Amino acid sequence: MVDPLLVELSRLQFALTALYHFLFVPLTLGLSILIAMMETVYVMTRRPIWRDMTKFWGVLFGINFVLGVATGITMEFQFGMNWAYYSHYVGDVFGAPLAIEGLMAFFLEATFVGLFFFGWDRLSPRAHLIVTWLMALGTNLSALWILVANGWMQNPVGAAFNPETMRMEVTDFMAVIFNPVAQAKFVHTVSAGYVCGATFMLGVSGWYLLRGRHIELAKRSFVIASAFGLASALSVVVLGDESGYALTDNQKMKLAAIEAMWKTEPAPAAFTAIGIPSLKDRETHFAIHIPWVMGLIGTRSIDTPIPGIEELVAKAEQRIRSGVLAYDALEKIKANRNDGVARAAFAEHSADMGYALLLKQYLPDPRQASEQQIKDAAWSTVPGVPWLFFGFRLMVLCGFVLIVVFALSLWHTAREQEAPRWLFRMALLALPLPWLAIEIGWFVAEFGRQPWIIEGVLPTFLATSELGAWNLMLTIAGFTLLYGTLAVIEVRLLLAAIRKGPEIAAVIDAAAPGRSQPALQPAE
Amino acid sequence: MIEFLFSYETLRLAWWALLGVLLVGFAAMDGFDMGVGALLPFVAKTDIERRVAINTVGPVWEGNQVWFILGGGAIFAAWPALYALSFSGFYLAMFLVLAALILRPVGFKYRSKKPDPAWRARWDWALFIGGAVPALIFGVAIGNTLQGVPFHFTPDLRPIYEGNLFGLLNPLALFCGLVSLVMIVMHGAAWLAFKADGIVSLRAKAFGFWAALLTAILFALGGVLVWSGLLGGYSVTSAIVWDGPSNPLGKTVVADGAAWLANFRAHPLLWAVPGLGVAAPLLAAIGFKAGSEGLTFLASKLAVAAIIATVGVAMFPILLPSSSNPAHSLTVFDASSSRATLRNMLVVTAIFMPVVLAYTAWVYRVLWGKVSERSVEEAGHSAY
Repeated sequence: MVDPLLVELSRLQFALTALYHFLFVPLTLGLSILIAMMETVYVMTRRPIWRDMTKFWGVLFGINFVLGVATGITMEFQFGMNWAYYSHYVGDVFGAPLAIEGLMAFFLEATFVGLFFFGWDRLSPRAHLIVTWLMALGTNLSALWILVANGWMQNPVGAAFNPETMRMEVTDFMAVIFNPVAQAKFVHTVSAGYVCGATFMLGVSGWYLLRGRHIELAKRSFVIASAFGLASALSVVVLGDESGYALTDNQKMKLAAIEAMWKTEPAPAAFTAIGIPSLKDRETHFAIHIPWVMGLIGTRSIDTPIPGIEELVAKAEQRIRSGVLAYDALEKIKANRNDGVARAAFAEHSADMGYALLLKQYLPDPRQASEQQIKDAAWSTVPGVPWLFFGFRLMVLCGFVLIVVFALSLWHTAREQEAPRWLFRMALLALPLPWLAIEIGWFVAEFGRQPWIIEGVLPTFLATSELGAWNLMLTIAGFTLLYGTLAVIEVRLLLAAIRKGPEIAAVIDAAAPGRSQPALQPAE
Repeated sequence: MIEFLFSYETLRLAWWALLGVLLVGFAAMDGFDMGVGALLPFVAKTDIERRVAINTVGPVWEGNQVWFILGGGAIFAAWPALYALSFSGFYLAMFLVLAALILRPVGFKYRSKKPDPAWRARWDWALFIGGAVPALIFGVAIGNTLQGVPFHFTPDLRPIYEGNLFGLLNPLALFCGLVSLVMIVMHGAAWLAFKADGIVSLRAKAFGFWAALLTAILFALGGVLVWSGLLGGYSVTSAIVWDGPSNPLGKTVVADGAAWLANFRAHPLLWAVPGLGVAAPLLAAIGFKAGSEGLTFLASKLAVAAIIATVGVAMFPILLPSSSNPAHSLTVFDASSSRATLRNMLVVTAIFMPVVLAYTAWVYRVLWGKVSERSVEEAGHSAY
């Protein structure tokens, strides 16, 4: 039996380091594209302001990028360090996209990011522009492969358990790459990154415009950020992650939990705008429903029903019973490799074997499980409903507020008159929203996947390394100290760079009498 | 032909070779950045000297570091059991490496953001740690791998590591850490001699000469330790099935002090590899004295490659021997990914590795030329 404390600490460490890593990644994704677009304008028009803009936002990009890189190393190594059984169990499938990410994407991104900063005087403007776009391309490809890996954890297609090697092995590599869950996640995540970059640019430019500093740079950046941000924010919603939620039992469960939909409703299901879901009573109190909306979001149709939690639990119970047969067959195969009857039984039930492993939280041998344990295990497939219910709603709220912010910004900047000051204040206030939405989004996706580490294949509690819990306490303390210090330093450097402003700014500000400000102003 | 190329046996051997290529790539590319970090307090005294040293790797360390990331990813994809066991087994050592490697990128990027000398001195320490600590620990890990580490598998193939951090820090392993450290210092010095101008280059040559000499001597001494049987040795005693399933429980292995020499005795031509491991650093030492910088750097690269290759050749076909349950040792023929994954990954590598090498070469060409105090000052904020 695995030490439950070790499991919780391993999960905590992964959550902390992944959420921390993803403070930097979305900004990198968004800013890389925005910078490349600005430099494209520079190369087309050869107006120096666009080059200054590219360089200025490049400085902020660089401060952020480096922490994304540094904390990404942790992610690549944590699977082996904390999740050794997971690594053995699914490395054959899961390792490949990670390796391809390094080869195809991260090399591109990291090789050209150096030249982006150091190559201004060594390359022609055109060549430098190509370098910048290759860097941005690498960044985005990197997200693609990471989400192929993550998508497989949510929807493990193209693989089967091999009794000879006691692990999952790939059967259809193309299915892993073109996993619909991964594709949906990629578009959703990358768009969210663009929103993050755009909000950052909008907020910082808004601050300059409020202060009357670096007007030329800030005005242009504000326009680009609002247009790019609006397009991206709409794409986040339209190409939402939930398009993949109808695919597997766990994804359906996640959707039902997000909705706190206890019983299956006739299609198209209503969307519960707000309410108080209760795990104990297995119902949602004070619910306010909006008809049809849920069916449309979840199935993109009006006649496909969305199963409720209770129906999914009943199905999980069936799969546990079937999985126990697979487990039994596997034990027989281990005892006698040539047992043809057992092999046939295994082939029939192996897709459910992960469900039998859920019973290992109660006893070592799933075949000995009692009726009550089977029922408990079936209910253990329900993730924390209230967390997902409220988390999802908060994320969506952030998204819609950002759409309004971008739309108002674009509307006002598109008109001839001077934009009102409240617009810039609003842009500044919106600054934390994308990070909030993105972190909650990951929480909903991964916490909603519980109790699975690989949906239907391997429960999280089985997947850890065999370590003393104190090892984890030591490294969590270490990471917290290191990451905490670096976060403080990073934010300070960003603020200092923003206060200092672009290097050319002095000239432009001097040309606008009464508007220049001392270089160091306290932030609002 | 295709059938032979994509047979399980060929694929496993190819990925064994590629594992070597990646480790050598990491040590040869990221190695010189780490060497520069480890040498930073010694070859550069003033701020401008330090900036010269740092800016020799400034534009390229990020790309070089990907060799390390890719190494991790490729081991995960091609040798999942090795990835699972080594990373969880060397747990706290891995954490130290990780912490050091997190400090390094931040040190490069943030050091120049403030002129404050105390700020810069702190990041110089971070860069020193980020260079020296991983170099040392990777060597210690190799030393433990040679001696064997205590682990076994349950019948479900759950890997169980039985040792602890202090077991890893035994004298023989620390000796291997020292070999690795002086090797990386030699390599960093060779890069600085080649790429830096002025006093930094001169000091690097002085340090590099001694580091190269020590690398040759210590590596040869390591050979003596292997000869005496002190640095372990394991041999597979059951018949090897090259295309069998990847299950490390189906063979027998025994501890045998002479085993790490068996491949060389069976194929005397292989002696050329460790021979080069001694000759190349000596050549580098001569190069440091003679001032032929390009040649020195090449010799240093060759030394790094030969020293790492020696370990692989000596241990083949074993990847990670178990000292407590030798039969559970991980080998080339029973610890790999499935045939399909090895094949898919080989195709991807065959397509993208040449592309990566091509654009990396282009970037180094664009950045060609020495970094001097003047060039750093002229570059202003474009440089670190």
